[in-house]
Amino acid sequence: MTDSSKTVNTFTPTVEAIETSRRNFLKFGASGAAAVTLSGVLPGMAAQALAQPAVIDAHTPKAGERRIRLTVNGVAQELNVATNAILLDVLRDRLQLTGTKKGCDHGQCGACTLLVNGVAINSCLSIAVQHDGDAITTIEGLAQNGTLHPVQEAFWEHDAYQCGYCTSGQIMSAVAILQDPAIGRDDASVREAMSGNICRCGAYKNILAAVQSARGKMARVG
Amino acid sequence: MRTFDYVRADSSAQAAKQGSSQGAEVFLAGGTTLLDLVKLDVMKVEQIVDINRLPLKQIEPLSDGRLRIGTLVSNTELATHPLVRERYPLLSQALLAGASTQLRNKATTGGNVMQRVRCNYFRDGISACNKREPGSGCAAIGGLSRSVHAVLGTSEQCIATHPSDMCVAMAAIGAQVTVQGPNGLRDIPFADFHLLPGDSPWREHALQPHELITHITLDAPLAGSQSAYLKLRDRASYQFALASSAVIVRLESGRIAEARLALGGVATKPWRATEAERFLMGKRPSLALFNQAGELAMRGAVTTEHNAFKVPLGQQVLVRNLRDLTLQEASA
Repeated sequence: MTDSSKTVNTFTPTVEAIETSRRNFLKFGASGAAAVTLSGVLPGMAAQALAQPAVIDAHTPKAGERRIRLTVNGVAQELNVATNAILLDVLRDRLQLTGTKKGCDHGQCGACTLLVNGVAINSCLSIAVQHDGDAITTIEGLAQNGTLHPVQEAFWEHDAYQCGYCTSGQIMSAVAILQDPAIGRDDASVREAMSGNICRCGAYKNILAAVQSARGKMARVG
Repeated sequence: MRTFDYVRADSSAQAAKQGSSQGAEVFLAGGTTLLDLVKLDVMKVEQIVDINRLPLKQIEPLSDGRLRIGTLVSNTELATHPLVRERYPLLSQALLAGASTQLRNKATTGGNVMQRVRCNYFRDGISACNKREPGSGCAAIGGLSRSVHAVLGTSEQCIATHPSDMCVAMAAIGAQVTVQGPNGLRDIPFADFHLLPGDSPWREHALQPHELITHITLDAPLAGSQSAYLKLRDRASYQFALASSAVIVRLESGRIAEARLALGGVATKPWRATEAERFLMGKRPSLALFNQAGELAMRGAVTTEHNAFKVPLGQQVLVRNLRDLTLQEASA
């Protein structure tokens, strides 16, 4: 792959989601220009470190709801959620961050992996309300200023996917693993640490190569 | 998913008043068992008491040599803590042999102790299951019963294995479970915490309603001992045990001065093989001796059509662990 192909548009959301998000962003005062695509917007907004939270819901919570504040990819957001709303579903359905995938929905496949306060977890096994005040990083938050994260770049270069459905979860796990000094650097340790992310296409060989290659890239950068 | 009330607990005492270890008002820690089973509608909760903000996240060495673990310490934090790695390597190994990285990050110490069985007939919400629906029968007996079904500690009412790896290590180490109830704190010996299914498989532990686990305190490590956790499973990672063993052994002048043996994957609760421990006392390590100990440990096993292989596998996982800890030269 050439450098020119490395854009952040890999996870382009649907037109519907863009329209919804455009409405929301316009409502709380984000610039119209920034709302062209979600994948372009969020990292930019993260960099701005908004002082005021984006208010998704202005009204007081209804019966059976709670008001929570989530900082998602650097953007503080306030919204009302049902007490039984799952974090994964809130991100996908309320905040239109559909990069995080729903696979098994029972903590068995790892497709929904994201970072909460820097720690990788299965977002299908959390209710949103328990994360009130937490900082969440999803796949949409990895690229910075239009430049892919080294792990994203490595997955691209190593063709570390076929259908791509598990890819965002694989990448989020890889990002966490590469930052964790308690996890070994050898191939066996990486395979073990990544075993919570199932790939039905069986792209494991290339995923391993991508993770190890990203390790090298990150060492050179940092 | 069914709807439920949500309360965030500010103190253990308040949590104990509002929540329960069983029934419709339940405590939420990591949620890796609870929310899974609520989604399946196997656990029909009406209120969740979120205990995640309670100050129960410390690992503290006590002056008497024991180690006190807050109930909210994650499986990852516990496995990688320097004192656990140094004093209880088998516990670290057991934790890291369980689940996946992201589940271990989420799952807590108390939650691991409280995790429910993996029997498909329990989880499917439909089949006969005395645990889920007292008196409905046990579809696993006479059904598919290969991987997560026990051969030790079973009853006519239930044969599901206790799924935890961590608890098998704790059974060998010895521990106290501290619980907060409406009337204060009390300690439950770890060996008495999990109950055999017997005639009431829906009763899984010694907690009274409205009791919350606050800490688990490990017994002081056995001075001069060696220990390891060994897990045999269908694939190399991210799979429940078919058979596992936690072994702590101390040799003195070439003889076994002390042995603590626990088994996982083969029993309905974390299983301490006390008879085999006594048999080993004072004897010189040898493969023949360990084979006899393994046979003793699995004596009285009751098997099904599909899980009879767990009897020799349970023996072997114990023999291999003992061999590798005491007969390195012989096994090389």
